[in-house]
Amino acid sequence: MSETPVEARGLVKQYGRITAVDHVDLTVNRGDVYGFLGPNGAGKTTTLRMMLGLIYPTAGSVRLFGRDPIAEGAAALDGVAGFVEAPRFYPYFTARTNMHMMAAYDGGDASSRVEDALATVELTGRADDKVGGYSHGMRQRLGIAAALLRRPKLLLLDEPATGLDPGGMRDMRSLIRRLADDGMTVLLSSHLLAEVEELCDRVAIVRAGRIVYEGALDDLKATAESSYRLRTTDNDKALEVCQAQAGIESARREGADIRMDANEPAIGELSVALVEAGLQVTALVPETATLEDLFFHLTEGSTPGEVTIPETATSIVGDQA
Amino acid sequence: MRPGVFTVYRWELRKLVALKRTYLGLFAAAGVPLAFTITLALKNGQPNNVPFGAYVHQSGLAIPLVLLTFASAFLLPLITALVAGDIVAAEDQNGTLKTVLTRSVQRGHVFFGKVLAALTYTLASMLLLGGVAIIAGSIVSGFHSLTSLSGTTVSATSALALVLASFAVYLIPLFTVALIGVMLSTITRNSAAAVVGTLVTVLLIELIGILPGLGSLQPYLLTRQFDAWQGLLRQPIDWSPITHATWVCGLYCIPAIVAGYLVFLRRDVAGG
Repeated sequence: MSETPVEARGLVKQYGRITAVDHVDLTVNRGDVYGFLGPNGAGKTTTLRMMLGLIYPTAGSVRLFGRDPIAEGAAALDGVAGFVEAPRFYPYFTARTNMHMMAAYDGGDASSRVEDALATVELTGRADDKVGGYSHGMRQRLGIAAALLRRPKLLLLDEPATGLDPGGMRDMRSLIRRLADDGMTVLLSSHLLAEVEELCDRVAIVRAGRIVYEGALDDLKATAESSYRLRTTDNDKALEVCQAQAGIESARREGADIRMDANEPAIGELSVALVEAGLQVTALVPETATLEDLFFHLTEGSTPGEVTIPETATSIVGDQA
Repeated sequence: MRPGVFTVYRWELRKLVALKRTYLGLFAAAGVPLAFTITLALKNGQPNNVPFGAYVHQSGLAIPLVLLTFASAFLLPLITALVAGDIVAAEDQNGTLKTVLTRSVQRGHVFFGKVLAALTYTLASMLLLGGVAIIAGSIVSGFHSLTSLSGTTVSATSALALVLASFAVYLIPLFTVALIGVMLSTITRNSAAAVVGTLVTVLLIELIGILPGLGSLQPYLLTRQFDAWQGLLRQPIDWSPITHATWVCGLYCIPAIVAGYLVFLRRDVAGG
């Protein structure tokens, strides 16, 4: 069995003339908490459905631990669990009965894990209630519990916190973090940036069915820290100093400030040069573009903040977007 | 061990037991013979131009046979379609199909588990209809010997065996209707469309039988096979309509189950 939990290559899904997923390549490595980030309708759920063998790709392939869910069906899902969109259960059964049904469909000793799974998501006290009466958040948690029955090595979750109240979101993230800390590989689709920022170490950003960035979240964020804002007692003179200083680029006036692109060593040298020029520095702060800035830049092509695409990792915005 | 068809079948039955819709059909299967028998008890009339219609006051065992003729037109196909047409489509619409198909059970096993459940429900409906008709008929008209279609008298116990066998033969075309229902349920992904589509299919086939110039097709129409049980009520028993019904129904049900299976295997599960 391959060690790589998810390998998608050239994945395409077309509905008539509409291309929902357009040559998606992504790799989720063991131990990753991998964020699959994109706006609604970008193709995240369709991609996850193909990964779980629910829909057939028009082209390309998916391998989960080296096995093809399309060719091998349920056998390829050994060690894999999760849900796409909202998890659905039989509303006329209790949560416990639903879980026993899922366990029966999993085979083996899955039924022996029902109570533990319910306890993990803190639903033991409501396990004998019919799922029809459950809130959205409880169903999401039951979805996680049903996934845990399979003792997964890979968890595929489609927007698990969507629709939850702030407390529910916090609990869901904490649960996912706990599972990841226990060694589970997690692929998490989301359009909630805070969720991805809090949980994920690697991300793929999808736009109109195409991956526009794949790589470490830190790499993506690091590039956004290259912009600085400067304010001095004499900005005209300071601008001249900036423009003359090596390593400082695109220095320009922006209102009462000067904005520039630079790395940390160049900023250090600049601060010395400013003092030597007799200027008092009242502010020199990094303008950290948020993940939201990066997200908008990559998914809409507009730039709410000044953002440069990282050259590290697998930035493919120029190739495909 | 990986779960198989019988795991799915067992849970499909459990789902049917939990669903109120299930009891609607079963209520009709029990209620119609009961209402028919009560009406017979209160009125002196009898159904005319129907096999065994003339004997409903002489032997209670004639009543289930009369009901077989009446029920074939609409009642039993409707009861069958209620579950068969819903069994895949409802899961598609509710999104539970994706839940099931991301477990360890193969798609094909899910399909055949559902097929078996639909057939079991059809069988249960028949048993209920037959059981209520036999008991209520015997209470009202007595457990007496029956005059066969050949005019011979058959003892009550032999007649009971023949009635039960008639119900078994009747199941052949009824199971075929169920398989058509499952196929439509798989293809349409819509419960209402599949239930109505199954009934419309039965009615259209019946319509073909009464169109002028198409008389030669009659022996091959599915709805005509609902009368095959009458061969059992002749002396000696005439097996030819039964063997004919068996292979004719095969012409309908084999393509239906193969089409349903292939569609279920290859379909995108995008709902829910």
